[in-house]
Amino acid sequence: MSSLPRPFDTSRIPRVDAVGIDERAGALAKRSIKKTAKIAGIKLAISMLDLTTLEGKDSEGKVRQLCQKAIRPLPGDPSVPHVAAVCVYPNLVATAKESLAGSGVKVASVASGFPAGLVPLAAKLDDTRLAVESGADEIDMVIDRGAFLSGDYGKVASDILSIKDACGDAHLKVILETGELETYDNVRKASRLAMTYGADFIKTSTGKITPAATPGVVLVMLEAIRDFYFETGRRIGMKPAGGIKTSKQALHLLVLVKETLGDAWLTPDLFRIGASTVTNDLLMQLAKEASGRYQSEDYFTKD
Amino acid sequence: MASVKEEREARAEAVRHIEREKPALEFGSAWEYSPAPESRDHVRLEERYGLFIGGKFVAPKSKKYFETINPATEEKLADVAEAGAADVDAAVRAAEDAYRKRWSKLKPADRGKYIYRIARILQEKSRELAVIETMDGGKPIKESRDVDIPLVVAHFFYHAGWADKLEYAFPRHAVSPIGVCGQIIPWNFPLLMAAWKIAPAIACGNTVVLKPAETTPLTAMALAKVCEEADLPPGVVNIVPGAGETGAAIVNHPRVKKIAFTGSTEVGKIIQRATAGTGKRLTLELGGKAANIIFEDAPIDQAVEGIINGIYFNQGHVCCAGSRLLVQESIADAVLQKLSDRIATLRMGDPLDKNTDVGAINSKMQLDKIRELVAVGVEEGAELHQSACAIPSKGFWFPPSFFTGVAQSHRIAREEIFGPVLTVMTFRTPDEAVEKANNIPYGLSAGVWTDKGSKIFQITSKMRAGVVWANTFNKFDPSSPFGGYKESGFGREGGVHGLRAYVELS
Repeated sequence: MSSLPRPFDTSRIPRVDAVGIDERAGALAKRSIKKTAKIAGIKLAISMLDLTTLEGKDSEGKVRQLCQKAIRPLPGDPSVPHVAAVCVYPNLVATAKESLAGSGVKVASVASGFPAGLVPLAAKLDDTRLAVESGADEIDMVIDRGAFLSGDYGKVASDILSIKDACGDAHLKVILETGELETYDNVRKASRLAMTYGADFIKTSTGKITPAATPGVVLVMLEAIRDFYFETGRRIGMKPAGGIKTSKQALHLLVLVKETLGDAWLTPDLFRIGASTVTNDLLMQLAKEASGRYQSEDYFTKD
Repeated sequence: MASVKEEREARAEAVRHIEREKPALEFGSAWEYSPAPESRDHVRLEERYGLFIGGKFVAPKSKKYFETINPATEEKLADVAEAGAADVDAAVRAAEDAYRKRWSKLKPADRGKYIYRIARILQEKSRELAVIETMDGGKPIKESRDVDIPLVVAHFFYHAGWADKLEYAFPRHAVSPIGVCGQIIPWNFPLLMAAWKIAPAIACGNTVVLKPAETTPLTAMALAKVCEEADLPPGVVNIVPGAGETGAAIVNHPRVKKIAFTGSTEVGKIIQRATAGTGKRLTLELGGKAANIIFEDAPIDQAVEGIINGIYFNQGHVCCAGSRLLVQESIADAVLQKLSDRIATLRMGDPLDKNTDVGAINSKMQLDKIRELVAVGVEEGAELHQSACAIPSKGFWFPPSFFTGVAQSHRIAREEIFGPVLTVMTFRTPDEAVEKANNIPYGLSAGVWTDKGSKIFQITSKMRAGVVWANTFNKFDPSSPFGGYKESGFGREGGVHGLRAYVELS
């Protein structure tokens, strides 16, 4: 692609040993998170949530209700923080923006021909601009996996550069769709590509493909972020998304971050969890820690 | 679209940014784990343990007892009988009696049934055994729970299966047992080493007299109880705790037909001298100073995990520990940066805490030895890097450490430290790596890290070491033989090769 100053250099990207990465991710799943650590971890995880609805049947009503949940996940308990963002399709950004006004909750929008990304660049840019003009603070774009897998890194890179440009002040999260990249080597390479050409965050998945945010994939991406930080001094954020349903998974993700990137990344500014159903499990665990008993699911709102 | 000029500016800004703030990771207290101690309520220790001879716990004729302590707290756990020469003699006679009258006459399949039963009981008691192992030896509960005890169980299951199939292990041979085996084991993997020794010996139809190490006798005593519970014929397994003198009594006993020893090279040499000319069979698994070779085409982050696992697993009290890191010069800086960051995340402290990565040093004596060699390293001019972790006020502790600027000629690069201390050296070419790796009197294990398959075969076939791991480290399985070259000993344990030490072939 002519727009690229130089071809993407893949030669210095370290290889990933699949057995080794799964072993390390698995070992960190065995950290025992109890008592105050569990309560603090759950609250931290809630504050990092990108509460997401990405369905064909999404409506303004649905989004308004979700936004209320985002602002007050557990009505009556002010110690539970609001989530980081609500993530919707571009058509619903304005509704979300209005519902969340003044709450501190950000609006994220998928764009760029989500989820396949197989539309012309002009359409991706229009998609992105519409979302930004409607008030999106963050854009979650998908990479063109077809181009990536066929070795056309230039195409992927120029898409990212162009969309980053269209984002203006909005933060850009680049979705790799790791389930389609299949190998950890590809995940590592795509992470590097995304960070080099403008990602503020790298994100595992759209949620439309399984496997999604597996512990191994998350760890590979965190390690890529670590190397990029040491080379450039820039802290890139991380967002696992897809298949995260339980508090245990969420806490495991925090453990991966804490022991790979350290304290600086344990903030919603640099770590997000993309999910829809995990919220109530987090709240149930919180209630269980307080009372010693599990509560009925009817005590937690389904929005 | 970013123009070339803009991009150049962005790059210049990035460089300024790096100069302002050198990138560094901070592993602090942003989100702390709460203590998560494994409960010890279900563990019942006795105040005093006798010797296990002829299927009974008996008082020692030596009348002597020694204390065994928890190295993490220095609290006394129990008194344990010390076997003198007369006690060893009684144990050998009980073993011989059991061998002649019961065990060698039993149908092999029935022998197997007893061993399966021992395996199942051990499996049921794994939680209790893991806690005792951790209390008596100082290793983290996550290791005793996830590594030691599961391997113990696997070893008994594996060898139970061999009991009635030995003629398939040695085709075209008639297979018979040897007799009474004297077995002396170390303190680093107390129950696992007992399993490595006892399981193949009794599966092949022999009976044993086993001496656990004096700092870690408690799981061996628990194993004696399991033998009792499994209704193992009296005298098939005899356990006689004690120190060097007890070991010498076993080695020098005329009715012992085979000696199996795991421990230091120094003691191994004494044993080899003592058994020379006696007709006793001997296998020795001794010290090591393994090279862990990281090539520039290695999966680097996983290789760093392999370095960590290689040297800090079980506080480095591992004969096959990857204690000499050989890293290719072109990636040395990157690897050392990652290693520094990684040791900052190692959690040292209460071994019973489920989040502890590095436990206590096994004994005061061992701690002194580690400190002495580390002091030598500093004096020799190597640069010491240590984790800044807090050191508990009681117990024996040494923080995860590594030395850079080490040369082959440094003592810390030649002598086994047997602690959480790594020496780092660099190399330029594969030949240089192989030469340095082999240039040591030891040859127990080695590690090779490269993503290039052909290189793995090229390099591993040149390593003079009994076990060579590729892109992993410290992996064990009962079906895989383990043992050394050169001064790391001879004979193999595990797998078909391991059975050979416990059978007579004709």
